[in-house]
Amino acid sequence: MNHTGGYVADPRIRAIEWLPWAIALLCYFVAPTYLPLGSYVLTMIIFALSLDLILGYGGIITLGHSAYFGTGAYAAGILAARLTGEPLIGLLAGTLAAGLLGLITGLIILRTRGLALLMLTLAITSLCFEVANKATSWTGGADGLGGFTIQPILGLFKFDFLGKTAYVYCLVVLFACWWLVRRLVYSPFGASLTGVRENNVRMHAAGAPVYRRLVIAYTISAALAGLAGALLTQTTQFVGLKVLGFELSGELMVMLILGGFGRIYGAFVGPLVFLVAQDYLAKQFPEYWYFGIGAMLVLVVMFARGGILGIIDAIIARLRRTQS
Amino acid sequence: MQDFLSSLVSVAFHGLAYGMILYVISVGLSVTMGLMGFVNLAHGVFAMAGGYVMLSAMNSYGVSFPIAVATAFIAVAVASMVLERLLYSRLYTAGELDQVLFTIGLIFMSVAIARLVYGTLPQPVRLPDYLTGQLHFLGRDFPAYRVFLILFSISIIGLLWFGVERTRWGAMVRAAVDYRAMAQSVGINTSRLFTLTFALGSGLAALGGALGAEIIAIQPTYPFEHLVFFLIVVAVGGLGSLRGPFVAALLIGVTDTACKYWVPEFGAFFIFSVTIAVLLWRPEGLFGRAA
Amino acid sequence: MRLKTSSLLAALALAAISGLAAAQTVKIGIITTYSGPGSAQGDQLDKGFKLYLKLNAGKLPPGVKVEPVFRDDTGANADAAKRLAQELIAREKVQFLTGVVWTPNAAAIAPLTAEAKVPFVSANAAGVSIPRISPYFARVSFTLWQSAYPLGQWAAKKFKRAYTVVSDFSPGHEAEEAFTKGFKEAGGEIVGSARVPMTATDFVPYMQRVKDAKPEVIFAFNPAGKQATAQMKAYADLDLNKAGIKYIGTGDITTDEELQNMGDAALGVMTVHHYSAAADRSANKAFVAAYKKEYGEKLNPGFMVVGAWDAMEMIFHAIREQNGKIDPDRTMQLIKNYKNPNSPRGPIQIDPETRDIMQNEYLREVRKVGGQLANVELETLGTLLKDPWKEFNKPK
Repeated sequence: MNHTGGYVADPRIRAIEWLPWAIALLCYFVAPTYLPLGSYVLTMIIFALSLDLILGYGGIITLGHSAYFGTGAYAAGILAARLTGEPLIGLLAGTLAAGLLGLITGLIILRTRGLALLMLTLAITSLCFEVANKATSWTGGADGLGGFTIQPILGLFKFDFLGKTAYVYCLVVLFACWWLVRRLVYSPFGASLTGVRENNVRMHAAGAPVYRRLVIAYTISAALAGLAGALLTQTTQFVGLKVLGFELSGELMVMLILGGFGRIYGAFVGPLVFLVAQDYLAKQFPEYWYFGIGAMLVLVVMFARGGILGIIDAIIARLRRTQS
Repeated sequence: MQDFLSSLVSVAFHGLAYGMILYVISVGLSVTMGLMGFVNLAHGVFAMAGGYVMLSAMNSYGVSFPIAVATAFIAVAVASMVLERLLYSRLYTAGELDQVLFTIGLIFMSVAIARLVYGTLPQPVRLPDYLTGQLHFLGRDFPAYRVFLILFSISIIGLLWFGVERTRWGAMVRAAVDYRAMAQSVGINTSRLFTLTFALGSGLAALGGALGAEIIAIQPTYPFEHLVFFLIVVAVGGLGSLRGPFVAALLIGVTDTACKYWVPEFGAFFIFSVTIAVLLWRPEGLFGRAA
Repeated sequence: MRLKTSSLLAALALAAISGLAAAQTVKIGIITTYSGPGSAQGDQLDKGFKLYLKLNAGKLPPGVKVEPVFRDDTGANADAAKRLAQELIAREKVQFLTGVVWTPNAAAIAPLTAEAKVPFVSANAAGVSIPRISPYFARVSFTLWQSAYPLGQWAAKKFKRAYTVVSDFSPGHEAEEAFTKGFKEAGGEIVGSARVPMTATDFVPYMQRVKDAKPEVIFAFNPAGKQATAQMKAYADLDLNKAGIKYIGTGDITTDEELQNMGDAALGVMTVHHYSAAADRSANKAFVAAYKKEYGEKLNPGFMVVGAWDAMEMIFHAIREQNGKIDPDRTMQLIKNYKNPNSPRGPIQIDPETRDIMQNEYLREVRKVGGQLANVELETLGTLLKDPWKEFNKPK
């Protein structure tokens, strides 16, 4: 397999890496009525980034990442409903709660591999789902948790009806996450993760503390997923059971693969393309939409394992070759 | 006490019926995963397809129940053979991630097709008269169809075990599961073996889907909704084993039924907890061999 | 400049044709479920809306047009529903919101309608307390108290011991609570109750438990759809009927669109509900005929189709009264005083105090009519019934 991500000697930010941010800012001014969708896309990008860290860089195949997203979402929601609607505290609570769960579950499950690991992630999510479904007095059960209010950010910026505040809020949080993930991936730690993905046995042989590295990466990833979940709770002021469903994990994986995994920006492109296409196509042609997603996955696996960014890379490479 | 014993009998009976269906559907998955090392999340698609073939045969063509079930088995087995040759076989050497993605893709496509052809409502199953009603023994009533289900599944399982333990094909399968390279080098055509085994596994899933349509309703989201349970049967039981998934399926069938009977508010808690515990204790499953 | 002239000309031409000053287009945002496990229900609403719009386009004042904007909430998915409502209000500038199968979705949308002052007519979501969230919310569908409470009172006259089995989400809880109150008040005893997870597919173990408890009657509630069929099947598989246990519930368990799929298991099941496709009111006969003509002879409209139909009828009424120039407060005034003596389900009106539906509740039994299963209406248990819950829980 061909991955362009991973340890690169030069961690400086290239000019093109500012492009997503320019586009995001432009959207704010050009398409103000699309901001609720925009906030959702930004939130899912954070979630996809967190998955990229363990799937793309760590090589852990999970169908249970929604456990952490949902934990963050419920932590922020319950906090807002019971104690305080202060958004930054909520974000912190979501991040910590999911990070803690990630640490505990990571310590337990990362000793396994393959099908057992996949099943454990699936079972943990399903278990969390059942807990949330049954703890109705805290979570609202199948009806969801709503009716709480989120206070203005820093006491200044009120969440408005058009979703302008929410959009900027999501964008700022995403920027921070991107910066963090980027630092992490370009560090020696990131390099050793990539090493684990590419050749686990060799990393062991080289004396690298593989298990510990994986647990750390898994915990950070879970915390980021929880942050995304908390963000979703705060921007929609509602938590539904779906945030813990394994369908969400599957959908997230589809988005990341579509964009291209193990390269940070795949996590940007995938959710954007997927969610915008869904917004337009799913409501008109739901059957064809599902068929299209399925066919796309099959084709990606058969022919374009790098996703959209991989295709772009290939095109650029071909253009260069014909020029020279 | 009398009441408790009699409810115990009920729980064991219904749990057995449910577990048998789970086993018939999942056993093919265990064998193909053990044999080919292929993570096939789309196994439920074959069960759903079996259900739909049977229902179409009965409702649109007026075929009798036994023939419709046989049709489901044959049609799905043949179709899966084509699928295996065209698509699956290309990914035997690919990584787990590719296999997972590929089979999720297949699920999406099949859900869409099922919805397009059959609509969103679950399809009604019209059982023949001789399979409805109650059988009375041990001082209790038992639904005739579930009794049939248990007996029929037992005979299928008997046949399957006989096939794997006593026939030449079975010996080849066991050899290939144990040590593929060695099996190849002694002249076993593993590629043909894979295709046949895959077809048999899918056919069994179709059989389970068709027979179990009364218990697990056939509708477009079937492959997604029940995936977790099929996978649990295989993972808890152990890959490439016949006995393991059998024990796991019965365990799940009976505990799930018991929970529903005595503590309905518990939902699926128990199953997931047991799954996690078993996999942590023995990652290769109850009857799987350590990697 | 040229553009301006041409559009001016077009407007003039339009005005000349319609004989009015200007054309008014009223946008109606419709949120329902097209994908996911709940799409069977969403499809019912969709069919109701589209049928009404197709047959009644001519019933608007000249020059007024209606433009429906459909959105898919993908199921009981409140944050998606909320986002869609936000978009419909901000981007599409809809003047009405309607649809919504699921209670959590409606509860998430309701606060927005108060903020944006957009009237929101629930065509299905039945959560009993939603109208209190927003003064711009009104409901034409039903509440579970409306059917389950009178059913409990009626059942207590016939049976002494009841077992309740409901789906484990808030409508299920409401149905259980309402039935239990009605049944106990009239002297009955509840011998057991089970709340079944929404993900359950096999109901036999639950029903076995009921059988062993030997009640005289089971009260059941499932959201319309596959769970209702599965539970009914379990009842039949275990021959509870022969064991002398009667099966009753709200009309959600024998919806007209699914009834044929349930098979003879459903025969003799008694329910209380506001709508049956088999009712012989002339308005209903015309409605069912129109539905079959549009969607096929084999299909029957369920109560959700009627919910959508009546929601659109009420919205059209508000549009007509205002000649297409929609003012939200005036609209709510019109909705609060809305009466329709001739809905397919009989007379309906909106309770001006609670903005909830008032309608007849009928006692029905599943019988074979002309070889087809049908919910045959036996008697009317209440005429223009208000929601009992709001009577018991008046705001202080």
